[in-house]
Amino acid sequence: MIEIVNLKKSFEEKIVLRNVNLKVYDGEKLVIIGRSGCGKSVLLKNILNLMQPDRGYILVDQVPIKKVSQRDLFYLRKQFGFLFQGSALFDSMTVAENIALPLVEHTDLSPKEIKRQVAEKLEMVGLPGIENLKPSELSGGMKKRVALARAIIMNPKYVLYDEPTTGLDPIMAANIDHLINELNDRLNVTSIIVTHDMQSVSRIADRVVMLHMGMIMFEGSVEELHTADNPIVYQFVHAKMDGPIQPKPLKY
Amino acid sequence: MIKFIESIGYRTLYLFQEAGAVFIMVWRVFKYLSEVWRNRHLVFQQMLEIGVRSLPLVIFVGVFAGAVASVQTAYQLEGYISFNYLGAATSIAIFIELGPVLTALVAAGRVSASIAAEIGTMKVTEQIDALEALAIDPLRYLAMPRILSGFIMVPILTIFADFVGLLGAYFVAYLNLGLSPEIFFGSVKEFFTVMNVMSGLIKAFVFGGVTAIIGCHVGFNTEGGAEGVGKSTIRAFVLSSALILLNDYLLSVLLF
Repeated sequence: MIEIVNLKKSFEEKIVLRNVNLKVYDGEKLVIIGRSGCGKSVLLKNILNLMQPDRGYILVDQVPIKKVSQRDLFYLRKQFGFLFQGSALFDSMTVAENIALPLVEHTDLSPKEIKRQVAEKLEMVGLPGIENLKPSELSGGMKKRVALARAIIMNPKYVLYDEPTTGLDPIMAANIDHLINELNDRLNVTSIIVTHDMQSVSRIADRVVMLHMGMIMFEGSVEELHTADNPIVYQFVHAKMDGPIQPKPLKY
Repeated sequence: MIKFIESIGYRTLYLFQEAGAVFIMVWRVFKYLSEVWRNRHLVFQQMLEIGVRSLPLVIFVGVFAGAVASVQTAYQLEGYISFNYLGAATSIAIFIELGPVLTALVAAGRVSASIAAEIGTMKVTEQIDALEALAIDPLRYLAMPRILSGFIMVPILTIFADFVGLLGAYFVAYLNLGLSPEIFFGSVKEFFTVMNVMSGLIKAFVFGGVTAIIGCHVGFNTEGGAEGVGKSTIRAFVLSSALILLNDYLLSVLLF
């Protein structure tokens, strides 16, 4: 279980997260929604300690991730898979090298076994036989799927998805959502998915949390989300122009 | 006036902060030296990149630096000292100063900038975060092989630069003055001391390390997109060139 307690994070004077409290239960698919820039990705990066909170803490299986040594932090991180928004594939490596990297670095598996596991994960994400391609030769959707294969190569307990369907066509987005569901069922992972794609939310979420102005505005099931009468949630879910959320130009 | 003093204070603090950050990075990288054997393929890859691929440029610069040194020294000797000593004067200049400094400056342009650009691009495209998320320390995976290769390969490149520099110097001496190889290389041999070559190699060792360390530090601190990477590339080149020249002075005082 992941427990986020009183999390606060700001960048210079801009407060991104204010007192966020959230529990993520084992085996569930938690979707975090909210407008761009509301702190969703920052929250994900805090969970893995890629960013450190200003206040508050995060417990991963009762272990405070902020306070552990580097060795323990890396041990904890091995239980996570992280799908980055821009895929973050290493451009100097081939697809196979990208996916195999955690196995090469953290296990004593033979090259043959690593090759087998890479092929298996590529098959799982629907891209068999592209081992020798470079990331620059892949489309956006393919990159996301390769990044997903890399994220799950160590059979993690938790997978964090940062906007997995952003920038993809609707068919590819549905494909990725299907993959997320399948991975949860087949590998029994706990998933945290950050998105603002409402169709994805309906397809994958067991539970939804909405972040707004750095605070949790809503927490509940997909049905409850669609019937919520909070005007902010209503405007976001139904993509209305009129309502309490108004796009304001940033002050420069 | 207060603003001026404030800005001096701010800059001084920034300088100390940066220096501190560099030392902390170097300390953490050095702790990974015990894992060199496990990471040998990464180190060899960087040795190839920093060393072997810099070789054509280093040879080109070395030949012409030697040639220019020969012409200039001949001009200085003319009418005062016999040209028979041209080989000795030129070779000492090449071994002590021209070889290591020019090689390091070429490395600063090629290696430091490319390290900063590569790591900087990885930073802005979340590839550094991806390494962290995969429980791989970027300092071990990216910085250690580059810094170690810088320390090892720049002295080796300097040996090549010294050698081709000497050949360039002789070639010009032969064309301009018709000096025979016996006279030219005889005087090189007569005044040759191991200390001269070693001092050049010690300098090259320090310059190589500095170049790679600055490239890594600047790369890891890149912010923004393509513009940030561009700025980092320039910053790495300027900083490492300045530090090479500063260290050259300090080492010259220490070694001689």
